[in-house]
Amino acid sequence: MKITFAHMGNLYITVKALLEDLGAEVVVPPMPSKRTLSIGSRYSPEFACLPLKVNIGNYVEALELGADTIAMAGGVGPCRFGMYGEVQREILKALGYEFDMVIIEPPQGRIRHVLEQVGRLVGRNPMRKYVGAVRLAWAKMTAVDELEKAAQRARPFERRRGAATSALGSALKLVDEAAGISQVRRALEEGQEMLRSVQDPTPGASRRNPESPPRIGIVGEVYVVLEPFVNFEVERRLGEMGVLVERSIYIGDWVKEHVFKDFMRLRKSRRPYDLAKPYLCHFVGGHGVETVGHTVEYARRGFDGVIQLAPFTCMPEIVAQDVLPAVSRDLGIPVMTLVFDEHSSDTGVLTRLEAFVDLVERSRRRRRARDGTMG
Amino acid sequence: MARRAYLGVDVGSVSTNLVLMDEQGEVLEKVYLRTKGEPIAAIQEGMRMLAPTASETEIAGVGTTGSGRRLAGVIVGADCVKNEITAHAVASAHVVPEVRTVIEIGGQDSKIIILREGAVIDFAMNTVCAAGTGSFLDQQAARLGVPIERFGELALMSKTPVRIAGRCAVFAESDMIHKQQMGHRIEDIVAGLCEALVRNYLNNVGKGKDIQPPIVFQGGVAANVGMKAAFEKALGTPVTVPEHYNVMGAIGAALLAAEEVERRGGPSNFRGFHALDMDYAASTFECKGCPNLCEVVNIRMGHEVIARWGSRCGRWDSF
Repeated sequence: MKITFAHMGNLYITVKALLEDLGAEVVVPPMPSKRTLSIGSRYSPEFACLPLKVNIGNYVEALELGADTIAMAGGVGPCRFGMYGEVQREILKALGYEFDMVIIEPPQGRIRHVLEQVGRLVGRNPMRKYVGAVRLAWAKMTAVDELEKAAQRARPFERRRGAATSALGSALKLVDEAAGISQVRRALEEGQEMLRSVQDPTPGASRRNPESPPRIGIVGEVYVVLEPFVNFEVERRLGEMGVLVERSIYIGDWVKEHVFKDFMRLRKSRRPYDLAKPYLCHFVGGHGVETVGHTVEYARRGFDGVIQLAPFTCMPEIVAQDVLPAVSRDLGIPVMTLVFDEHSSDTGVLTRLEAFVDLVERSRRRRRARDGTMG
Repeated sequence: MARRAYLGVDVGSVSTNLVLMDEQGEVLEKVYLRTKGEPIAAIQEGMRMLAPTASETEIAGVGTTGSGRRLAGVIVGADCVKNEITAHAVASAHVVPEVRTVIEIGGQDSKIIILREGAVIDFAMNTVCAAGTGSFLDQQAARLGVPIERFGELALMSKTPVRIAGRCAVFAESDMIHKQQMGHRIEDIVAGLCEALVRNYLNNVGKGKDIQPPIVFQGGVAANVGMKAAFEKALGTPVTVPEHYNVMGAIGAALLAAEEVERRGGPSNFRGFHALDMDYAASTFECKGCPNLCEVVNIRMGHEVIARWGSRCGRWDSF
């Protein structure tokens, strides 16, 4: 059995570690490319959102490499994602591929179903093996998050454009190759060191802002937020324009919140929901409420702007988008929405990003001139 | 000594505009050309047209903007390469300092820019729909056999504009054909189209924006008095169309170049008007380094590669 799964940013490092440690053979699909997208769009319903299309492309490319089993997450609520596993299976079957698809639904307190599905993927294992695999995967996931955050902090200060991104690439490779928890720890330290060394040590070396770089928070639908291929590398581009970027979603936090706490029947954090309440008090599916809540949070933390990312036709994010102007007005934080579809040109995205950074910097200068402070 | 002047170049999808501006921010000369898919030729042509006026000045700074800003930037030797949203806002605030809303409709883009006290606080650009932009109006004018220059006047003659669905350019066209077949007068159809496009703009690009007067309407479509009237009717407030409405991007680019040269000091990067006669060529190749198969563009001046872009990973950016 050769298991594959769809890409979402650097999640593959974690999933691969988990499955391989449980003795499964894994086929990681090639990183998403134009080819992936064109395969995906050819075989997907036109009005489905981008994640479904790129997933299909990932699967086809992995099946071509010999994968015979696809692991996919399910879902509940108004977001269409919950149906995607089923729809994708039918699409691929109709294309004549032979494979087994295992769809893991959110546990919602019922652990048994999850264990059954995982058992279908990796066979029977003693409990301590599961614990070991989860610990290794967890360590890698945390390391990936830490490295991504370090890269976000390094980019505005890098000596050579692109240096932080290539250092991040090498560091992630070390984490991916690490065979045990202690190796993961070493890989993380080494990676952090690499990301330190690309920065200019002189204080205030940020290219655009001698004092301190502007801070922009990225919110929105999890897939387009985490997958740089579909969001035209918003994070890197902003970083290279001299912006300190933070995302509302890091894969580790997300798994902790949505998988682990669910699994352990722990109480989930209500914070984004509480913050969103004056503006949006109903669950609208996907990450609609979180988008609003995190925007409020970034405003309170004194960020200079927020960018919402959404796949075209994403209902939860459309609801959030309609609410965000009120948040922006009340809390005085500039907000911009970027919608992603199958476009292959990055010109439109770049123009909007540049204009937004201009806006953010001008409003920052004005605010400072008014407050008479620097810093 | 010759007086100092700033050059602004706006290379858009449909038109290429250039302005020559003096130090007081007055337009000395402007050129509005169709890009016709050949931006390099359009820039060279525009520069040739400006050369007589420019020869009496010393070019102190050059700025480029528009979707072809990078290309234009390397060809003219720009001091400042800026996105068109910032450029349009800067130009608008220069011409009407108290402006609070900018409506800009060009060939294939439409945008809204919200300013307060001269600074941009919010903006939006059309994303997946180009209904209501210049290209669509051009097409419909041609189909109706009305010269585009007369389109607006015709709309003003209408007493009872018909209702046309403005969401999608293709369906708007079906609607118009249907109304023609029903026997509606052409001016009512043209006026109805203007109203539909304004509705589409306000619900799409202008959605959720705090539109406050004074409002400036610029871009090629601002020439259309029918569109201006439709905006005024929909917004219930007068709309100003500035004198140089169709070259505002270029004016913004020139102003930003002046700002940049002053901040940085030193001479302009301008290649000079003689560089126009150089042979510029763009060529493309497909990088086989990974499955992205990026289309990488080389810009040559004579035999020398002066710029290269288009790779996702950036491996071809340095040369």
